[in-house]
Amino acid sequence: MYRDYVEPAWSAPQILLIALLVVPALGALLVALLPAARTRLVATAFAAVTFVLSVLPVLARPDEFSWFAYDPGDGPPMLPWIELDLPWVTSLRLEFHLGVDGVSYPLIVLTGLLTLLCCAYTKKKGLAALLLVLEVGVLGTFLALDLILFFLFFEVVLLPMYAVIAGWGGANRRAAARKFVLYTLAGSVLLLLGVLVVVTEAGTGDLVTLTGPSELPLTTQCIAFALLALAFAVKAPLWPLHTWLPDAHTEAPTVGSVILAGVLLKMGTYGLIRVAVGVAPDGAAWASPVLGILATVAIIAGALICLRQTELKRLIAYSSVGHMGFVLLGVATLSVTGIQAALVGNIAHGLITGLLFFLVGAIKDSAGTGSLNQLSGLRETAPRLAGLLGFAAIASLGLPGLAGFWGEAFAVVAAVQRGGPLWLTLAVVAAIGGALTAAYFLRLLRRVTHGPATPEAHTLPPAVTGIQWLAWAPLVLLTLAVGVAPSLVLGDTIQPLITLLGVGVQP
Amino acid sequence: MRSQAVDHIALLPLYAAAGTAVLALLADLFVGRRAVTVWATALGALATGVCALAVGPWDPTFCAIGGCSWVPTWPAAVAAALFAGLTAGVLALSEPSLRIGTAPAGEFCFLLACSMTGGVTVAYAGDLLTLIVGLETLTLPLYVLVGLRRFAPSETPSSRPAQSAVTFFLISVVSTAIALLGIALNHAATGILHLSLLGPAPAPFTALANVGAALLVVGLAFKVAAVPLHAWAPATYDGAPIPIAAYLSTASKLGGVLALAAVVARLDAGAVMSALAVLTMTVGNLVALRQIRMVRLLAWSSVAQAGYILAALAMGAAGVAAALAYAAFFVVLELIAFAVVVALRPAQPIAPAPVPAPAAPVAAGPASAPGAPGAATVAASVPSTLADVDGGTLDDYRGAARRHPWLGAAFVLAMAGLAGLPPGLAGLFAKVSVVEALVGEGWIWLAAVVVVNAVIALAYYVRVAALFYTVPSHPGIPVADPGLVYDATHPRHRVARPITAVLLATTAVAVVLGFLPQLLFNALP
Repeated sequence: MYRDYVEPAWSAPQILLIALLVVPALGALLVALLPAARTRLVATAFAAVTFVLSVLPVLARPDEFSWFAYDPGDGPPMLPWIELDLPWVTSLRLEFHLGVDGVSYPLIVLTGLLTLLCCAYTKKKGLAALLLVLEVGVLGTFLALDLILFFLFFEVVLLPMYAVIAGWGGANRRAAARKFVLYTLAGSVLLLLGVLVVVTEAGTGDLVTLTGPSELPLTTQCIAFALLALAFAVKAPLWPLHTWLPDAHTEAPTVGSVILAGVLLKMGTYGLIRVAVGVAPDGAAWASPVLGILATVAIIAGALICLRQTELKRLIAYSSVGHMGFVLLGVATLSVTGIQAALVGNIAHGLITGLLFFLVGAIKDSAGTGSLNQLSGLRETAPRLAGLLGFAAIASLGLPGLAGFWGEAFAVVAAVQRGGPLWLTLAVVAAIGGALTAAYFLRLLRRVTHGPATPEAHTLPPAVTGIQWLAWAPLVLLTLAVGVAPSLVLGDTIQPLITLLGVGVQP
Repeated sequence: MRSQAVDHIALLPLYAAAGTAVLALLADLFVGRRAVTVWATALGALATGVCALAVGPWDPTFCAIGGCSWVPTWPAAVAAALFAGLTAGVLALSEPSLRIGTAPAGEFCFLLACSMTGGVTVAYAGDLLTLIVGLETLTLPLYVLVGLRRFAPSETPSSRPAQSAVTFFLISVVSTAIALLGIALNHAATGILHLSLLGPAPAPFTALANVGAALLVVGLAFKVAAVPLHAWAPATYDGAPIPIAAYLSTASKLGGVLALAAVVARLDAGAVMSALAVLTMTVGNLVALRQIRMVRLLAWSSVAQAGYILAALAMGAAGVAAALAYAAFFVVLELIAFAVVVALRPAQPIAPAPVPAPAAPVAAGPASAPGAPGAATVAASVPSTLADVDGGTLDDYRGAARRHPWLGAAFVLAMAGLAGLPPGLAGLFAKVSVVEALVGEGWIWLAAVVVVNAVIALAYYVRVAALFYTVPSHPGIPVADPGLVYDATHPRHRVARPITAVLLATTAVAVVLGFLPQLLFNALP
């Protein structure tokens, strides 16, 4: 086994993995204890250090094709770039096993970036501390290579996100926060059941061992996949389990929405790829038609609901349901192309929707309303904001050359490649959904940026402040960069995905 | 009759516990000073815990052919240490009210130490009779402690403590009778009392033995307040002084769990236990959702928590380790929750009966100070009145974390732990260990019931924890900053030192167990 070759001695990469979790945790503690005056700087500094640390694993990225050396015959083993494996709670078969590979790396960087931007953006002390706690949970989820550890970090984000919504949200924040926390806990207890079914059956929770062609009996795989997929479908969220999302987004403060859409939803899709498909590939094959149909329904439902929305944040929230539908459709095809589409769609959605929530939050905060009926003519009163909104909306609708395009287009391509009447139908319907996405975003732009300026639109400051540029510019630039070069995200994903799916290389 | 060899080192924890009781009695008799009695009892309790852990697993003693009556194992030692720690903690929580004389210190300390002795006996018991004797020694002093409440002349005496005590007494006596009947029937069928020999009865007596086992389990289920045998618990908790309610829901419950664990590990009671478990957690959680009084909410939540323990015990021997681990994590978190409640509801001085006339002329009333309406309003809106030493309603805790951020943090830790979520990692590992045992033994349906209940339970845990952080909108005139008005009308008070000590110690234990749960799992088989 590969793991026998790992040397137990502490090395720089292993300290890096620990630091990725410890630095934001320490930051949160410090921000919570310090008086409110200096906390913005402290929080931003800790988030910045974490971001730098989150970029570093790329240095340990192996050369292409080195995995051939380890090929034991039935598919290459999973090879994290760097990993750390310590015993923690042996009675529960819980190991403190962390690692980074091509699938998780882009998400880790995205988490580091968005948390940094949000910490710089917010002035509130408690909010900044909670953002750093959230970062610990999200990074831990993306780093975990042990099933129970994955569950543990998955749970870490629940209460802090509840507190973010309930503490700093809008008028109906209590109800929205309660709905969020109960829904997502319902999801994560299913995750607990699924994880324990796998762990007790396989005798280990080690994802490196469990990933790939599975020894588990088919029934166990089907039960486990059903439980895990349901759990992640709540988090992602997949229609019809999405109803917590619009309320949570509408009521959450701006940075809360950004983190929720940008990284928390990704825990669901990442978990589906890494855990559900990874440990129960046969179960995934059994359930993939259902997953594909639900994903396509989500695309259409999200788009149709968006066409009727009159509230900005709610509209963006429902558009997330549609975008996540494309991601899940990609995963459901169970092909390398499809999952690559899902990964790039994940990152694109994090960047673009993060930007959209920043912009919409800024509009809503200064205009005092998010209603499409009261906002109009932003092009005249706040031209820069309107321009950025136009950019983000066009990126979100999937214009080629911007980040949103690759995920949507290749999810459809993967469905066509999968072939058969069902998948062809799903591909066609999803493509129609993509067109509807364009329709509602153009409607949004027509209503908000064009037309005569309303009194509310006049209250918007015409300029964009320095801190806003600082928070938004990286997202704009990365949207462009990923749009031009998706290999930034997909650079080292083929090999892990082949391992994950247990398939030969597909052209 | 053959005389049995006695190993005194094995009995050391029991000697320490019983010695503590005697010491408390003598200290009260000969010194008669509250501080001495309380310190003697607290140190005795700590010594008991240290003895239990220092002796650890030892040769069993009081042995007859085939079995022993006193079996020192690691789980027993940990349980005994928990009893000792809980006793010390509850004593410290009671110290402020003993100081002002709501209960006589000597009697209080003696009874509490007696109860601890019973707990230690339950932990080490190796036969059914020792078990029942221990359990009764644990419970008997509590009848008195629940009702032991002096009223000041200025106070309206309430019969609620007495009612609670009588309810508790009647139910407990009935349940002990049922348990004894069960033991008798089982003994008639098998002729066995030692736990190590318990097992299925020979052919003609199987039915009789099964009835005996079922009755024994039902009798013990009263002690852990399992639904439908739970009705006494919320009323008793709410009527008792808060520290005693804490003792009831931690130590007393732990005793019941240990007794049940000893029995179900050897006698098959899966059907009864799983039915009790499902009912207990579901009813406990659903009723807790509707509670508006703090102690009642904690009482119902502890009923529900017992349900998770019963679920583990339904598996028989395979679930004992998970059940004991859950019980240990649970009592620590529950004690934190109760300590926060005690800290936020300071006992008012009643012994000297400070009639306001000479001491505080301003606060004497609006009649004597018509020019100071502000002061009168402030005095009127302070929620604690003299008779108000109970847990109060949930509304009384609104914004408490604003006055006492550390108490708020401790309470959040306790609630999160009881809900099984980070940052209460101890509670998370407790839940995971129970669910893992259930899934591993193939009881997936019961595991599903447990996790669904965890979701229901979160609804009220999160509600009550969030309440600590909400500032009420002041009724009446609209103000610019309700927070300032709130701060003015709710002055922060100093938390008594023993309570702070308990909170620090318990929170430290909860945090350490949260990060190193293996310490506990190693001590359980």
